[in-house]
Amino acid sequence: MADFHEISPNAPAGEKLLNWVDNRFPASKLFKEHMSEYYAPKNFNFWYVFGSLSLLVLVIQIVTGIFLVMHYKPDAGLAFGSVEYIMRDVPWGWLIRYMHSTGASAFFVVVYLHMFRGLMYGSYRKPRELIWIFGCGIFLALMAEAFMGYLLPWGQMSYWGAQVIVNLFSAIPFVGPDLALLIRGDFVVGDATLNRFFSFHVIAVPLVLLGLVVAHIIALHEVGSNNPDGVEIKANKDANGKPLDGIPFHPYYSVHDIFAVSVFLMVFTAIVFFAPEMGGYFLEYNNFIPANPFQTPLHIAPVWYFTPFYSMLRAVTGEMMYALIACVLAGAALGVTKVKMPNLFKGIILGGAVVVVAMMLAIDAKFWGVVAMGGGVVILFFLPWLDNSEVKSIRYRPDWHKYIYAVFVVDFLVLGYLGMQPPSAIGGYVSQIGTLFYFGFFLLMPWWSRIGKSKPVPDRVTFTAH
Amino acid sequence: MENRNRCRIVSPSRRIELEKIMKTMGFTKKIILGLMMTLGLALSAQANVGGPAWDKAPNKINDMAALQNGAKLFVNYCLNCHSAAFMRYNRLQDIGLTEAQIKDNLLVTNAKIGDTMKAAIDPQQAKAWFGVNPPDLTVIARSRAGAGGTGADYLYTYLRTFYKDETKPTGWNNLVFPNAAMPHVLWELQGVRRPVYEETTEHGAVVHVLKGWEQIKPGSMTPLQFDQSMGDLVGFLQWMGEPVQNTRVRIGVWVLLFLAMFTFFAWRLNAAYWKDIK
Repeated sequence: MADFHEISPNAPAGEKLLNWVDNRFPASKLFKEHMSEYYAPKNFNFWYVFGSLSLLVLVIQIVTGIFLVMHYKPDAGLAFGSVEYIMRDVPWGWLIRYMHSTGASAFFVVVYLHMFRGLMYGSYRKPRELIWIFGCGIFLALMAEAFMGYLLPWGQMSYWGAQVIVNLFSAIPFVGPDLALLIRGDFVVGDATLNRFFSFHVIAVPLVLLGLVVAHIIALHEVGSNNPDGVEIKANKDANGKPLDGIPFHPYYSVHDIFAVSVFLMVFTAIVFFAPEMGGYFLEYNNFIPANPFQTPLHIAPVWYFTPFYSMLRAVTGEMMYALIACVLAGAALGVTKVKMPNLFKGIILGGAVVVVAMMLAIDAKFWGVVAMGGGVVILFFLPWLDNSEVKSIRYRPDWHKYIYAVFVVDFLVLGYLGMQPPSAIGGYVSQIGTLFYFGFFLLMPWWSRIGKSKPVPDRVTFTAH
Repeated sequence: MENRNRCRIVSPSRRIELEKIMKTMGFTKKIILGLMMTLGLALSAQANVGGPAWDKAPNKINDMAALQNGAKLFVNYCLNCHSAAFMRYNRLQDIGLTEAQIKDNLLVTNAKIGDTMKAAIDPQQAKAWFGVNPPDLTVIARSRAGAGGTGADYLYTYLRTFYKDETKPTGWNNLVFPNAAMPHVLWELQGVRRPVYEETTEHGAVVHVLKGWEQIKPGSMTPLQFDQSMGDLVGFLQWMGEPVQNTRVRIGVWVLLFLAMFTFFAWRLNAAYWKDIK
């Protein structure tokens, strides 16, 4: 609690007003803590702009979304037409709608790059585990937001995409069919589904998203940002307690981010104005056909940002289950033989493995596909405890780690590509290998991240003046 | 029709092929195959599987005379059965028509100038006659794009590859959309044609390659005139899919110019601040 601060009656009106506010609300204090006296490492590189850009896209989505809701009709009979009404009859409606549809894809672009940055520089490691966990929560909420938003234009892809994904829940043993019914509110995707998805899309999920974003930033500003060297700048402070390698976020990173924002907006608006469909990737062609429950499109694929995980879902076939069972047994055997622990734990691990294998044999592969798809996202939450590397940043890790990361990126992109394609025999095998690699990358990380000799980490960040 | 339009009629049915693929994907079968098989391929919205390559539609999106001619053809030949339920008559002013011109020449029903373009046909009758409701054409050009080209390419090819087929209820069939429910509405313009195939072997399999067309009965237009008219009509459909598209591009240029300037200043501002950081 701050003391009441008196100011000279001769002070300028602006100062008086600010003082009046500061005595009632910590405006200056907040600005200092989060902007002008928030010290960020001075060696941020290109990869550090995507956090601010995600925030920008979030604002774009919220503002355009507010205007879309003014004209959109969440009604199975009117939804498709209301979107065309926005595109044709609402002044600037086309711009608002294209910004929103392009913004959805842009959100995932910047968030994927932001997450990859964290992966490269070990931004999830102690003491930033909670930042990472809130971030994964944001990613999960974003996926829910995008999935439910995609139903709203009520085109063929909206409809059948939702139908396929909601049907996946029915693969869960015992509760599945009831759960799917609860999600849809009907036996097929219909008006009830559209209404509840609308409600979730415009209010429920955005509230969660905003809360998580605030938590993400508060946690970040509590511990301070990581940097490409993975050096803690708080370890070296000057006499005033200010980190030697830190610079105030404002103005240095605010002007930096304004520059990044303007470059980003050039790309963003180029898409909005010249290629809003982005060749069928941002707005799928089939979605210009109104939803028709009696006519299934030949090829149903989710929008590009879901396809890596969709590939994992499709990769889990009856054959693949044997490979996965082998992995579970091998994992249990390795754990029991290689790790020192009491016999009781060994027994628990072996027993657990037997139970899991029995379940894998008993329950349909479709369910395990759903588990793989969800697991592909959930596993990210555990990253801080999977990485045993001596150093944070990829810069000082053994060289072969860089190759592993490169393969991981290629693997993710290949899975994404295959998820867009109709099922094929070769594509199926490739996505199975890709899925095994994806999970291997994370689950074996405690082991492989320790292998190799890491390079010496400098005491101070490496920085050359611009 | 040029020779590059090749029609491959592969002997084993696609359905069996697909089933074979699906068998290797145990669970996927349940999700996708079941849905696909029950509804069959005839209903395919994306008629870009198999069939001839699509011809490139001429780009007439900035040609007002062509778009106006397309609008005329659309109102005379398409609007009887197909609606454009999201397209208002007065929006045709964007392609250079005056309100009076629209009223006098294009408003054939008792619709008002601010109304959307509704088909004259009763949907129930349409369903009885053709087996399906003629789809709405407002955004048809946007929906038909695919691996074979743009939606305009598809429509341009579709409208020009009707042929006489007495085995079909309408007496007509189409190369890019086999078993299309729509008869050849424009046959009086194009005349009656039949595709000519050549049998060759490719990779050891017998395939039928489209060689050209045989004109059985001449139409009121020459083939060149007909192609031009279809280009106009498709241009109109493409424009109608997004009437704002030309404006959008025009504004986009200014927005990018502004942002380029803004980026320059942001870059210099950034550099000016960062000079201090050593």
